[in-house]
Amino acid sequence: MAQTYQDLLAAARAEIPEVQVAELADRLGGDGAPPVLIDVREQSEWDEGHIPGAVHVPRGYLESRIAGVATPDQPIVLVCAGGFRSLLAGRNVREMGYEHVESLAGGFTRWKQSGHDYVVPQTLTPQQRARYSRHTLIPEVGEAGQLKLLGAKALLIGAGGLGSPAAYYLAAAGVGTIGLVDDDVVDASNLQRQIIHTTDRVGMLKAESAKIAIEALNPDVKVNVHATRINRDNVLDIIADYDVIVDGADNFPTRYLLADAALMTRTPLVHASILRFEGHASVFIPYEGPCYRCLFPEPPPPDLAPSCGEAGVLGVLCGVMGNIQANEAIKVILGIGDTLSGRLLVYDALGMSFTELKVRRDPNCPGCGPDAQLEFRDYDAWCAGVGRHPEAVHA
Amino acid sequence: MSTVRVPPVLRAAVGGVRELSVPGSTVSEVLEALYSAHPEVRSQLVSDDGELHRFVNIYVNDEDVRLQEWLDTPVGESDTLLILPAMAGGASAAR
Repeated sequence: MAQTYQDLLAAARAEIPEVQVAELADRLGGDGAPPVLIDVREQSEWDEGHIPGAVHVPRGYLESRIAGVATPDQPIVLVCAGGFRSLLAGRNVREMGYEHVESLAGGFTRWKQSGHDYVVPQTLTPQQRARYSRHTLIPEVGEAGQLKLLGAKALLIGAGGLGSPAAYYLAAAGVGTIGLVDDDVVDASNLQRQIIHTTDRVGMLKAESAKIAIEALNPDVKVNVHATRINRDNVLDIIADYDVIVDGADNFPTRYLLADAALMTRTPLVHASILRFEGHASVFIPYEGPCYRCLFPEPPPPDLAPSCGEAGVLGVLCGVMGNIQANEAIKVILGIGDTLSGRLLVYDALGMSFTELKVRRDPNCPGCGPDAQLEFRDYDAWCAGVGRHPEAVHA
Repeated sequence: MSTVRVPPVLRAAVGGVRELSVPGSTVSEVLEALYSAHPEVRSQLVSDDGELHRFVNIYVNDEDVRLQEWLDTPVGESDTLLILPAMAGGASAAR
């Protein structure tokens, strides 16, 4: 004879004990070992909130996955929205030999209505699941990694040759906050390599122009415009909120200032520099790996350090190096892989060769050594040096 | 003969090439041979008192000679000596 839903529930209720909300709260908060709390609702219900400490196994997967979350001798409490699905599910679990299964009467709804704590997990929205699906498929990233990227804040120094591709790809990757420091305006001569800008935005502040491009690409990204030249009075305020700095500066005073500020705030610094067909890239993790000054204690004089404006640069090279920076920034944020910390990557675009040089922490480093007296200096004067030409330092 | 890799900023001083074959069994011998073939390089790498400038990094293969035996670091036939000054370039041009 066919059974009704009510018949099934009555049979389940006779077999599976029900635990009341208040009792469960006591057992979860008490001194004894808490039961294994399994929430058997669907993903969308779980996403809207669940009991702290609960494990999520949708009812359809309960039999196949329960061995991964509980042993047959453990007390188990099943939870659904109203206390019916959990009751029915309890019979199946009991049939598998899990003797101490109970069902939460009234389910999560009554738990929430009784004023008990619940957590709303941070999850990707359906739109974000679609947008970042090629990321979340990668085991090293996954949904948790994507959420990390969305919560991360990256500061880009310069929205130019290196900053354009780096900002573009970091934005596409869903790095949730991107700061852009640049006081320059878009010039027609920039467009050969600074791909985040457009012909109709010539004359606009680069940081504003880049913001337009980023927002059009990915509305998840919040863009902070810092339309200023970074200096020792504002650097600590600007970098304070960020998790990683991407250095795409065009001059030595700014690079040494950033190197010192990154040490002071212990912020990872992703470095790249470019000239003609050659690019350098590295990652400086304060006090864990070498710093910029371990690598280059002093800048060369202006005649040995021409700017791209003086010596030229292949546009595509900026894309290669800026994307290496974006790649390293993402790894720093996610804490995955081996970054370029401790290595300087030298790329020769003409010979198409990548050379790796070892960079070690200098025990006498004036920046990060044990005896270093870290304080801001007059970087323009220091980089210009004796007998050099200060006006040539600003590229 | 070891191979010397020349950075972009010094290429004009060596006739525009990226690599040169230079004799010598230590860093200082290789550099001296390079200076005698291309005297302009000396003025860019060496200060008035004859010391190599601090802003010049020299690597034998992938190791910085500052952390080895400095100018006495041995250079073998198949080794590459790389001259590397820091580069500033990055963001912009028209300032």
